[in-house]
Amino acid sequence: MKKVRLMSEENETASIVVPGDLLGEEGKYKSGSGTYKRDGRLYAKRMGIKSVRDDEISIVALGGVYDPVPGDLVIGIVLEHGPSNWLLDINAPYPAPMHVNEVPWKVGFAETSEFLEAGDAVLCKILFVDEMKKIQATMNDRNLRKLEGGALIEVQPSRVPRIIGRKGSMLNTLKKYTDVWLFVGQNGRIWLGGEEESVATAIEAIRKIERESHIKGLTDRIHAFLEERTGRKISDEEEEE
Amino acid sequence: MGGTQEVQLMKDDGTRMDGRRPDEMRPVHIEAGVLNRASGSCYLEMGGNKVLAGVYGPREAIPRHSQNPTKAVVKFRYNMAPFSVDDRKRPGPDRRSTEIGKVASEAFANVIIVEEFPRAQVDVITEILEAAAGTRCAAISAASVALADAGIPMRGMVAACAAGKAGGTVCLDLNQPEDNHGEADLPIALNLTTGEVVLLQMDGHLSSDEFETALDMAIKGCKEIGEIQKEALYKRYQRVVDGEVA
Repeated sequence: MKKVRLMSEENETASIVVPGDLLGEEGKYKSGSGTYKRDGRLYAKRMGIKSVRDDEISIVALGGVYDPVPGDLVIGIVLEHGPSNWLLDINAPYPAPMHVNEVPWKVGFAETSEFLEAGDAVLCKILFVDEMKKIQATMNDRNLRKLEGGALIEVQPSRVPRIIGRKGSMLNTLKKYTDVWLFVGQNGRIWLGGEEESVATAIEAIRKIERESHIKGLTDRIHAFLEERTGRKISDEEEEE
Repeated sequence: MGGTQEVQLMKDDGTRMDGRRPDEMRPVHIEAGVLNRASGSCYLEMGGNKVLAGVYGPREAIPRHSQNPTKAVVKFRYNMAPFSVDDRKRPGPDRRSTEIGKVASEAFANVIIVEEFPRAQVDVITEILEAAAGTRCAAISAASVALADAGIPMRGMVAACAAGKAGGTVCLDLNQPEDNHGEADLPIALNLTTGEVVLLQMDGHLSSDEFETALDMAIKGCKEIGEIQKEALYKRYQRVVDGEVA
């Protein structure tokens, strides 16, 4: 374990851990994400920043693949279509099939390619994941649809919570300044729609969030960045609404 | 390889021909995150060895018959560049590199938390750019850093180091002449958290006392490498935290 400074000006520090680092005793702490138990002790199982909230120790991973969880909103890309299903790449270790019953259209047998073809992007939801990590995706929910036009970018899945922000605050900031349509998939894929210039600004801001997500004062810096780029000023009160 | 007596391996003052004490390692240098396309990567130098390691995955195992429904499979590739040795090495896999890939993948299958990724595979690719005895240890140490860099869950870091016997003395981390003309070579890999030995091979002859000494020495060597591995990873992530790289 090593203390690192989080920002050059401040004295904020965090502990970086590597796999196998001892985190604490099992009785004293609960095992959170990125940790494992062995002989009554908690250890880190991946590289990241140690975080202790109440009595739970977890590791904020700095990398790694997307681990699908039922209910997650993700952006899938159609890999292939079968007679009664599509195979989606959801940026996880495994592809996710989506059955024709799980789409909002009436699809007859072997008519799948008339609705979605290989390469199409869809906003979908993880329906379930079994113990063998077999995944099933669905589009049967509000707002789930095929994504047409716009831009699709990929970010590190571990940075998605920072891009969304607390209760979606970062996302709202991005939308307010740039007037773009934004869908952030939990799998690290982001779809943006709107005017070309605004989309480019939003992508730049997202890249900045991704790069600087561990540095304190991120929200303020993003505000400043967007203010400079768009020439708009949006007060905090307005944002609260 | 060669006789055991015709080459002098130890000096009269008890040091080795390259000036090291018997329990001294060659200098080790490790850098994490050197490749942009791979999920994780590492460059390692250990004496004259130069090794590059890259990691991909976990992703769905291909071909399908290699999938295990309960856990991920670890595919470890050990490959020597044609220019890594004095006489050009014929490129491509051979008996020796296939064997090293097999034992190393078994070593990592014990350390990576494979149960989290059923039906998947983790690819570990190591390229020996320059070889100077102890390449399998160098490759394993580099692979472990690359795996941590890729964010793959592991029970601990793995470090590998060899001990052996040259010129009648048990010593740590044999160099090229000691490996070629010495009496024995004992490479091991250690899970630094649990202390489990995840790889142990031996070439040549050691008495059981010598074996114990060599094993202890190699374990100490692994722990030393472990510290350098950690430093390399901290350095890599200081760069992430500073916002220099994603």
